[in-house]
Amino acid sequence: MKPPPFEYHAPRDLDDALRTLARVGTDGKVLAGGQSLIPMLNMRLMAPAHLVDINRVASLDGVEAGAAGVRVGALARHSQVERGRSHPLLTRALRLVAHPVIRNRGTVVGSLAHADPAAELPAVLAVLDGSVRLARWESGRIATREVGAREFLVGPMESAVRPGELAVSAFFPALGPRTGAAFEELARRHGDYALAGVCAVVRLDEDGQVAAARVACTGVGPVPVVVDVTEASRDGWDAAARRVQEEIEPEDDIHASAAYRRHLVGVLAGRALGGAAREAAGGA
Amino acid sequence: MEHEITLVVNGTARRVTVPARRLLSDCLRHDLGLTGTHVGCEHGVCGCCTVLLDGEPVRSCLTFAVTVDGRDITTVEGLAPAGGLSAVQRAFAECHALQCGFCTPGFLCTVTALLRDNPAPTDEEVLEGLSGNLCRCTGYQNIAKAVHRAAELLAEES
Repeated sequence: MKPPPFEYHAPRDLDDALRTLARVGTDGKVLAGGQSLIPMLNMRLMAPAHLVDINRVASLDGVEAGAAGVRVGALARHSQVERGRSHPLLTRALRLVAHPVIRNRGTVVGSLAHADPAAELPAVLAVLDGSVRLARWESGRIATREVGAREFLVGPMESAVRPGELAVSAFFPALGPRTGAAFEELARRHGDYALAGVCAVVRLDEDGQVAAARVACTGVGPVPVVVDVTEASRDGWDAAARRVQEEIEPEDDIHASAAYRRHLVGVLAGRALGGAAREAAGGA
Repeated sequence: MEHEITLVVNGTARRVTVPARRLLSDCLRHDLGLTGTHVGCEHGVCGCCTVLLDGEPVRSCLTFAVTVDGRDITTVEGLAPAGGLSAVQRAFAECHALQCGFCTPGFLCTVTALLRDNPAPTDEEVLEGLSGNLCRCTGYQNIAKAVHRAAELLAEES
Protein backbone atom coordinates (compact mmCIF):
# COMPACT_ATOMS: atom_id res chain seq x y z
CA MET A 1 0.00 0.00 0.00
CA LYS A 2 2.77 2.45 -0.88
CA PRO A 3 2.87 4.50 -4.09
CA PRO A 4 5.29 3.37 -6.80
CA PRO A 5 8.29 5.68 -7.33
CA PHE A 6 7.84 8.69 -9.62
CA GLU A 7 9.72 11.81 -10.53
CA TYR A 8 8.26 14.79 -8.68
CA HIS A 9 7.78 18.27 -10.11
CA ALA A 10 6.59 21.23 -8.05
CA PRO A 11 6.06 24.16 -10.44
CA ARG A 12 5.64 27.61 -8.88
CA ASP A 13 3.49 29.19 -11.58
CA LEU A 14 1.20 28.24 -14.43
CA ASP A 15 3.81 28.71 -17.19
CA ASP A 16 6.17 26.40 -15.38
CA ALA A 17 3.41 23.83 -14.74
CA LEU A 18 2.36 23.78 -18.41
CA ARG A 19 5.94 23.61 -19.67
CA THR A 20 6.56 20.66 -17.36
CA LEU A 21 3.37 18.90 -18.48
CA ALA A 22 4.30 19.45 -22.13
CA ARG A 23 7.72 17.91 -21.49
CA VAL A 24 6.51 14.81 -19.64
CA GLY A 25 3.55 14.24 -22.00
CA THR A 26 1.81 10.87 -21.66
CA ASP A 27 4.08 9.86 -18.74
CA GLY A 28 2.79 12.71 -16.57
CA LYS A 29 -0.09 13.00 -14.15
CA VAL A 30 -1.32 16.12 -12.36
CA LEU A 31 -1.51 16.07 -8.55
CA ALA A 32 -3.97 18.55 -7.02
CA GLY A 33 -5.95 17.36 -3.97
CA GLY A 34 -4.84 13.77 -4.44
CA GLN A 35 -7.91 12.27 -2.77
CA SER A 36 -8.58 9.97 -5.74
CA LEU A 37 -5.10 9.86 -7.26
CA ILE A 38 -3.16 8.88 -4.12
CA PRO A 39 -5.49 5.93 -3.23
CA MET A 40 -5.02 4.72 -6.82
CA LEU A 41 -1.24 5.05 -6.44
CA ASN A 42 -1.29 3.36 -3.02
CA MET A 43 -3.24 0.47 -4.51
CA ARG A 44 -0.87 0.41 -7.49
CA LEU A 45 -3.70 0.90 -9.95
CA MET A 46 -1.50 3.36 -11.82
CA ALA A 47 2.19 4.19 -11.95
CA PRO A 48 2.89 7.51 -13.70
CA ALA A 49 6.58 8.22 -14.31
CA HIS A 50 6.09 11.91 -13.45
CA LEU A 51 3.81 13.68 -10.99
CA VAL A 52 3.27 17.40 -11.54
CA ASP A 53 2.15 18.83 -8.19
CA ILE A 54 0.20 22.06 -8.84
CA ASN A 55 -0.35 22.83 -5.14
CA ARG A 56 2.12 25.75 -5.26
CA VAL A 57 0.52 27.43 -8.26
CA ALA A 58 -1.33 30.03 -6.20
CA SER A 59 -3.09 31.59 -9.21
CA LEU A 60 -5.26 28.47 -9.55
CA ASP A 61 -7.12 28.61 -6.23
CA GLY A 62 -9.65 31.31 -7.11
CA VAL A 63 -13.44 31.09 -7.08
CA GLU A 64 -15.10 33.89 -9.07
CA ALA A 65 -18.84 34.24 -8.76
CA GLY A 66 -20.72 36.49 -11.19
CA ALA A 67 -24.24 36.89 -12.54
CA ALA A 68 -23.62 34.32 -15.27
CA GLY A 69 -22.24 31.66 -12.94
CA VAL A 70 -19.24 30.62 -10.89
CA ARG A 71 -15.77 29.83 -12.19
CA VAL A 72 -13.80 27.49 -9.92
CA GLY A 73 -10.00 27.32 -10.17
CA ALA A 74 -8.11 24.04 -10.30
CA LEU A 75 -6.86 24.33 -6.71
CA ALA A 76 -10.14 25.36 -5.06
CA ARG A 77 -10.88 22.71 -2.45
CA HIS A 78 -14.32 21.16 -2.09
CA SER A 79 -14.64 22.66 1.40
CA GLN A 80 -13.65 26.13 0.21
CA VAL A 81 -16.28 26.12 -2.55
CA GLU A 82 -18.86 24.60 -0.18
CA ARG A 83 -18.29 27.40 2.35
CA GLY A 84 -18.37 30.06 -0.39
CA ARG A 85 -22.00 29.12 -1.19
CA SER A 86 -21.73 30.82 -4.56
CA HIS A 87 -23.94 28.30 -6.39
CA PRO A 88 -26.83 26.58 -4.57
CA LEU A 89 -26.75 23.33 -6.57
CA LEU A 90 -22.97 23.04 -6.41
CA THR A 91 -23.04 23.66 -2.65
CA ARG A 92 -25.68 20.97 -2.16
CA ALA A 93 -23.78 18.46 -4.30
CA LEU A 94 -20.51 19.16 -2.46
CA ARG A 95 -22.10 18.11 0.84
CA LEU A 96 -22.65 14.67 -0.73
CA VAL A 97 -19.00 14.27 -1.76
CA ALA A 98 -17.18 11.83 0.56
CA HIS A 99 -16.57 13.20 4.08
CA PRO A 100 -15.67 16.68 5.40
CA VAL A 101 -12.01 15.70 5.96
CA ILE A 102 -11.65 14.47 2.35
CA ARG A 103 -13.28 17.70 1.15
CA ASN A 104 -10.59 19.72 2.91
CA ARG A 105 -8.06 18.45 0.34
CA GLY A 106 -10.09 17.32 -2.66
CA THR A 107 -10.66 19.80 -5.48
CA VAL A 108 -13.75 20.48 -7.59
CA VAL A 109 -11.84 20.49 -10.88
CA GLY A 110 -9.98 17.32 -9.82
CA SER A 111 -13.32 15.53 -9.32
CA LEU A 112 -14.35 16.57 -12.84
CA ALA A 113 -11.07 15.47 -14.43
CA HIS A 114 -11.27 12.16 -12.55
CA ALA A 115 -14.64 11.65 -14.32
CA ASP A 116 -16.00 8.92 -12.08
CA PRO A 117 -19.50 8.15 -13.44
CA ALA A 118 -20.75 7.66 -9.87
CA ALA A 119 -19.47 11.08 -8.68
CA GLU A 120 -21.73 14.05 -8.01
CA LEU A 121 -19.78 16.97 -9.50
CA PRO A 122 -19.62 15.70 -13.11
CA ALA A 123 -23.43 15.36 -12.94
CA VAL A 124 -23.75 18.96 -11.75
CA LEU A 125 -21.52 20.17 -14.60
CA ALA A 126 -23.56 18.08 -17.06
CA VAL A 127 -27.03 19.15 -15.91
CA LEU A 128 -26.01 22.81 -15.98
CA ASP A 129 -24.21 22.43 -19.33
CA GLY A 130 -21.09 23.92 -17.77
CA SER A 131 -17.58 23.77 -19.17
CA VAL A 132 -13.96 23.14 -18.27
CA ARG A 133 -11.04 25.31 -19.40
CA LEU A 134 -7.97 23.36 -20.50
CA ALA A 135 -4.56 24.96 -20.91
CA ARG A 136 -1.36 23.74 -22.56
CA TRP A 137 2.04 25.13 -23.48
CA GLU A 138 2.28 25.74 -27.21
CA SER A 139 4.84 27.70 -29.25
CA GLY A 140 6.21 29.46 -26.19
CA ARG A 141 2.91 30.60 -24.72
CA ILE A 142 -0.24 29.40 -22.96
CA ALA A 143 -3.01 28.15 -25.25
CA THR A 144 -6.45 27.41 -23.83
CA ARG A 145 -9.64 25.75 -24.98
CA GLU A 146 -13.04 25.72 -23.30
CA VAL A 147 -14.71 22.31 -23.45
CA GLY A 148 -18.44 21.84 -22.79
CA ALA A 149 -19.57 19.21 -20.27
CA ARG A 150 -20.85 16.88 -22.97
CA GLU A 151 -17.47 16.76 -24.74
CA PHE A 152 -15.45 16.90 -21.50
CA LEU A 153 -16.97 13.77 -19.93
CA VAL A 154 -15.84 11.08 -22.38
CA GLY A 155 -16.31 7.81 -20.50
CA PRO A 156 -15.81 6.10 -17.14
CA MET A 157 -12.72 7.74 -15.54
CA GLU A 158 -12.00 9.40 -18.86
CA SER A 159 -12.14 13.13 -19.56
CA ALA A 160 -11.15 15.19 -22.59
CA VAL A 161 -7.89 16.32 -20.91
CA ARG A 162 -5.06 15.40 -23.31
CA PRO A 163 -1.49 14.59 -22.33
CA GLY A 164 0.28 17.89 -21.65
CA GLU A 165 -2.95 19.67 -20.76
CA LEU A 166 -4.09 21.01 -17.41
CA ALA A 167 -7.72 21.60 -16.44
CA VAL A 168 -7.29 25.12 -15.03
CA SER A 169 -10.89 25.93 -14.11
CA ALA A 170 -14.50 24.87 -14.43
CA PHE A 171 -17.52 27.07 -15.08
CA PHE A 172 -20.90 26.30 -13.52
CA PRO A 173 -23.65 28.45 -15.09
CA ALA A 174 -25.99 30.20 -12.63
CA LEU A 175 -29.48 28.77 -12.22
CA GLY A 176 -31.27 31.98 -13.24
CA PRO A 177 -34.67 33.32 -12.18
CA ARG A 178 -37.64 31.05 -11.33
CA THR A 179 -35.28 28.10 -11.37
CA GLY A 180 -34.82 25.46 -8.68
CA ALA A 181 -32.45 22.54 -8.29
CA ALA A 182 -32.13 19.41 -6.20
CA PHE A 183 -29.74 16.48 -5.77
CA GLU A 184 -31.04 13.15 -4.47
CA GLU A 185 -28.93 10.02 -4.06
CA LEU A 186 -28.79 6.80 -2.11
CA ALA A 187 -25.56 5.37 -0.73
CA ARG A 188 -25.17 2.19 1.35
CA ARG A 189 -23.00 4.05 3.83
CA HIS A 190 -22.85 7.78 4.44
CA GLY A 191 -20.10 9.33 2.31
CA ASP A 192 -19.69 6.36 -0.03
CA TYR A 193 -20.23 6.69 -3.74
CA ALA A 194 -23.99 6.42 -4.21
CA LEU A 195 -25.68 3.42 -5.85
CA ALA A 196 -27.40 6.01 -8.00
CA GLY A 197 -28.16 9.70 -7.86
CA VAL A 198 -30.28 12.26 -9.69
CA CYS A 199 -29.54 15.93 -10.03
CA ALA A 200 -32.48 18.00 -11.33
CA VAL A 201 -32.94 21.57 -12.55
CA VAL A 202 -36.44 22.96 -13.16
CA ARG A 203 -37.29 26.39 -14.60
CA LEU A 204 -40.83 27.74 -14.42
CA ASP A 205 -42.38 30.36 -16.69
CA GLU A 206 -44.18 33.44 -15.38
CA ASP A 207 -47.42 31.50 -15.00
CA GLY A 208 -45.72 28.87 -12.87
CA GLN A 209 -45.76 26.24 -15.63
CA VAL A 210 -42.68 24.13 -16.34
CA ALA A 211 -40.55 25.91 -18.96
CA ALA A 212 -37.59 23.53 -18.77
CA ALA A 213 -36.74 20.43 -16.74
CA ARG A 214 -33.52 18.47 -16.96
CA VAL A 215 -31.81 15.78 -14.91
CA ALA A 216 -28.37 14.21 -14.80
CA CYS A 217 -28.08 10.74 -13.26
CA THR A 218 -24.99 9.26 -11.57
CA GLY A 219 -23.96 5.62 -11.37
CA VAL A 220 -26.22 4.42 -14.20
CA GLY A 221 -24.11 4.95 -17.32
CA PRO A 222 -20.54 5.50 -18.50
CA VAL A 223 -20.93 9.25 -17.94
CA PRO A 224 -23.67 11.27 -16.17
CA VAL A 225 -26.86 10.51 -18.09
CA VAL A 226 -28.55 13.80 -19.00
CA VAL A 227 -32.26 13.66 -19.82
CA ASP A 228 -34.44 16.58 -20.87
CA VAL A 229 -37.87 15.90 -19.38
CA THR A 230 -39.55 19.21 -20.25
CA GLU A 231 -42.05 17.48 -22.55
CA ALA A 232 -42.60 14.43 -20.36
CA SER A 233 -43.24 16.60 -17.30
CA ARG A 234 -46.46 17.95 -18.87
CA ASP A 235 -47.99 14.65 -17.69
CA GLY A 236 -46.57 15.09 -14.20
CA TRP A 237 -43.32 14.27 -12.42
CA ASP A 238 -44.11 10.54 -12.32
CA ALA A 239 -44.22 10.51 -16.12
CA ALA A 240 -40.99 12.50 -16.21
CA ALA A 241 -39.36 10.00 -13.84
CA ARG A 242 -40.42 7.11 -16.11
CA ARG A 243 -38.87 8.95 -19.06
CA VAL A 244 -35.59 9.14 -17.09
CA GLN A 245 -35.76 5.41 -16.34
CA GLU A 246 -35.95 4.71 -20.08
CA GLU A 247 -32.76 6.63 -20.82
CA ILE A 248 -30.37 5.18 -18.26
CA GLU A 249 -28.08 2.17 -18.75
CA PRO A 250 -27.66 0.68 -15.27
CA GLU A 251 -25.46 -2.38 -14.74
CA ASP A 252 -25.35 -5.14 -12.14
CA ASP A 253 -22.49 -5.10 -9.66
CA ILE A 254 -21.81 -6.39 -6.16
CA HIS A 255 -23.63 -3.39 -4.63
CA ALA A 256 -26.94 -3.51 -6.51
CA SER A 257 -28.69 -5.10 -9.49
CA ALA A 258 -29.43 -3.14 -12.65
CA ALA A 259 -33.16 -3.56 -12.00
CA TYR A 260 -32.82 -2.10 -8.52
CA ARG A 261 -30.83 0.85 -9.83
CA ARG A 262 -33.50 1.51 -12.47
CA HIS A 263 -36.21 1.46 -9.82
CA LEU A 264 -34.11 3.69 -7.58
CA VAL A 265 -33.52 6.27 -10.32
CA GLY A 266 -37.28 6.49 -10.88
CA VAL A 267 -37.86 7.25 -7.19
CA LEU A 268 -34.94 9.68 -6.95
CA ALA A 269 -35.91 11.47 -10.18
CA GLY A 270 -39.46 12.00 -8.90
CA ARG A 271 -38.13 13.45 -5.64
CA ALA A 272 -35.45 15.59 -7.26
CA LEU A 273 -37.77 17.05 -9.93
CA GLY A 274 -40.49 17.73 -7.36
CA GLY A 275 -37.99 19.34 -5.00
CA ALA A 276 -36.48 21.46 -7.78
CA ALA A 277 -39.94 22.60 -8.91
CA ARG A 278 -40.91 23.58 -5.34
CA GLU A 279 -37.68 25.54 -5.02
CA ALA A 280 -38.34 27.23 -8.38
CA ALA A 281 -41.77 28.25 -7.13
CA GLY A 282 -40.13 29.76 -4.05
CA GLY A 283 -41.49 27.16 -1.69
CA ALA A 284 -38.32 25.25 -0.95
CA MET B 1 15.47 11.17 -5.95
CA GLU B 2 15.42 12.49 -2.40
CA HIS B 3 13.91 15.83 -1.41
CA GLU B 4 14.89 17.94 1.57
CA ILE B 5 11.80 19.44 3.19
CA THR B 6 10.88 21.24 6.40
CA LEU B 7 7.67 20.47 8.26
CA VAL B 8 6.58 22.49 11.27
CA VAL B 9 5.28 19.64 13.40
CA ASN B 10 3.55 20.51 16.66
CA GLY B 11 5.27 23.89 16.62
CA THR B 12 8.80 22.63 15.95
CA ALA B 13 10.49 22.95 12.55
CA ARG B 14 11.72 19.51 11.49
CA ARG B 15 14.04 19.10 8.53
CA VAL B 16 13.85 15.75 6.82
CA THR B 17 15.02 14.12 3.59
CA VAL B 18 12.42 11.95 1.90
CA PRO B 19 11.68 10.37 -1.47
CA ALA B 20 8.81 12.06 -3.32
CA ARG B 21 6.52 9.08 -2.78
CA ARG B 22 6.78 9.27 1.04
CA LEU B 23 3.27 9.61 2.44
CA LEU B 24 2.91 12.23 5.16
CA SER B 25 1.70 9.46 7.51
CA ASP B 26 4.92 7.47 6.96
CA CYS B 27 7.06 10.60 7.20
CA LEU B 28 5.56 11.40 10.61
CA ARG B 29 5.89 7.85 11.90
CA HIS B 30 9.12 6.60 10.36
CA ASP B 31 11.19 9.71 9.66
CA LEU B 32 10.10 11.78 12.66
CA GLY B 33 9.26 8.98 15.13
CA LEU B 34 5.80 10.35 15.88
CA THR B 35 3.93 7.06 16.06
CA GLY B 36 0.78 8.59 17.55
CA THR B 37 -0.57 9.01 14.02
CA HIS B 38 -1.94 5.59 13.15
CA VAL B 39 -2.17 4.03 9.72
CA GLY B 40 -5.19 1.84 8.99
CA CYS B 41 -6.42 1.50 5.43
CA GLU B 42 -4.01 3.72 3.48
CA HIS B 43 -6.68 4.73 1.02
CA GLY B 44 -8.58 7.40 2.87
CA VAL B 45 -11.48 5.40 4.28
CA CYS B 46 -10.72 4.75 7.95
CA GLY B 47 -9.58 8.17 9.17
CA CYS B 48 -6.97 6.82 11.66
CA CYS B 49 -4.20 8.89 10.07
CA THR B 50 -6.05 12.22 10.28
CA VAL B 51 -3.78 15.13 11.27
CA LEU B 52 -4.25 18.90 11.16
CA LEU B 53 -2.64 20.68 8.20
CA ASP B 54 -2.56 24.41 8.96
CA GLY B 55 -5.37 23.60 11.41
CA GLU B 56 -7.58 21.72 8.94
CA PRO B 57 -8.06 17.96 9.37
CA VAL B 58 -6.69 15.96 6.44
CA ARG B 59 -5.77 12.35 5.70
CA SER B 60 -2.01 12.04 6.10
CA CYS B 61 -2.09 8.80 4.06
CA LEU B 62 -3.50 10.74 1.09
CA THR B 63 -0.92 13.53 1.25
CA PHE B 64 2.69 13.43 0.10
CA ALA B 65 5.18 14.89 2.59
CA VAL B 66 6.83 16.88 -0.24
CA THR B 67 3.52 18.58 -1.08
CA VAL B 68 3.26 20.09 2.41
CA ASP B 69 6.87 21.33 2.63
CA GLY B 70 6.91 24.39 4.90
CA ARG B 71 3.40 23.86 6.29
CA ASP B 72 2.18 23.45 9.89
CA ILE B 73 1.21 19.94 10.97
CA THR B 74 -0.45 19.08 14.28
CA THR B 75 -0.51 15.42 15.28
CA VAL B 76 -2.17 13.81 18.30
CA GLU B 77 1.10 14.38 20.20
CA GLY B 78 0.61 18.12 19.77
CA LEU B 79 -2.99 18.46 20.93
CA ALA B 80 -2.04 19.07 24.56
CA PRO B 81 1.06 20.27 26.47
CA ALA B 82 3.48 17.50 27.53
CA GLY B 83 2.00 15.33 30.28
CA GLY B 84 -1.43 16.93 30.06
CA LEU B 85 -4.63 16.18 28.18
CA SER B 86 -6.70 18.51 26.03
CA ALA B 87 -10.40 19.01 26.77
CA VAL B 88 -11.23 16.68 23.88
CA GLN B 89 -8.87 14.01 25.22
CA ARG B 90 -10.32 14.33 28.76
CA ALA B 91 -13.86 14.02 27.37
CA PHE B 92 -12.91 10.86 25.43
CA ALA B 93 -11.47 9.31 28.60
CA GLU B 94 -14.42 10.39 30.75
CA CYS B 95 -17.09 9.11 28.30
CA HIS B 96 -15.32 5.82 27.50
CA ALA B 97 -15.07 6.89 23.86
CA LEU B 98 -12.32 4.38 23.11
CA GLN B 99 -11.62 0.74 23.67
CA CYS B 100 -8.64 -0.50 21.68
CA GLY B 101 -7.63 3.05 20.87
CA PHE B 102 -6.34 2.46 17.36
CA CYS B 103 -8.74 4.92 15.74
CA THR B 104 -8.53 7.44 18.60
CA PRO B 105 -5.73 9.74 17.30
CA GLY B 106 -7.73 10.35 14.13
CA PHE B 107 -10.91 11.03 16.05
CA LEU B 108 -9.11 13.42 18.42
CA CYS B 109 -7.68 15.49 15.56
CA THR B 110 -11.00 15.55 13.70
CA VAL B 111 -12.99 16.52 16.80
CA THR B 112 -10.47 19.18 17.87
CA ALA B 113 -10.99 20.98 14.54
CA LEU B 114 -14.74 20.36 14.56
CA LEU B 115 -15.22 22.04 17.95
CA ARG B 116 -12.92 24.93 17.06
CA ASP B 117 -15.10 25.69 14.02
CA ASN B 118 -18.41 24.85 15.68
CA PRO B 119 -18.19 25.10 19.52
CA ALA B 120 -21.77 23.87 20.11
CA PRO B 121 -22.62 21.33 17.39
CA THR B 122 -26.02 19.64 17.11
CA ASP B 123 -26.30 15.84 17.21
CA GLU B 124 -26.56 15.84 13.44
CA GLU B 125 -23.47 18.02 13.03
CA VAL B 126 -21.51 15.74 15.35
CA LEU B 127 -22.45 12.66 13.32
CA GLU B 128 -21.59 14.41 10.05
CA GLY B 129 -18.29 15.56 11.56
CA LEU B 130 -17.41 12.04 12.72
CA SER B 131 -18.64 10.33 9.55
CA GLY B 132 -15.19 10.05 8.00
CA ASN B 133 -13.65 8.16 10.93
CA LEU B 134 -14.22 4.46 11.52
CA CYS B 135 -14.22 2.79 14.95
CA ARG B 136 -14.62 -0.98 15.18
CA CYS B 137 -15.02 -1.16 18.98
CA THR B 138 -17.28 1.44 20.51
CA GLY B 139 -20.32 1.59 18.27
CA TYR B 140 -19.80 5.38 18.13
CA GLN B 141 -22.39 6.30 20.79
CA ASN B 142 -19.80 7.15 23.39
CA ILE B 143 -17.69 9.02 20.85
CA ALA B 144 -20.68 11.22 19.98
CA LYS B 145 -21.27 11.75 23.73
CA ALA B 146 -17.62 12.67 24.18
CA VAL B 147 -17.88 15.36 21.51
CA HIS B 148 -20.74 17.02 23.38
CA ARG B 149 -18.87 16.61 26.68
CA ALA B 150 -15.76 18.16 25.15
CA ALA B 151 -17.88 21.08 23.94
CA GLU B 152 -19.01 21.62 27.57
CA LEU B 153 -15.45 21.39 28.90
CA LEU B 154 -14.22 23.88 26.28
CA ALA B 155 -17.09 26.25 27.10
CA GLU B 156 -16.20 26.06 30.82
CA GLU B 157 -12.53 26.73 30.07
CA SER B 158 -13.16 29.79 27.93
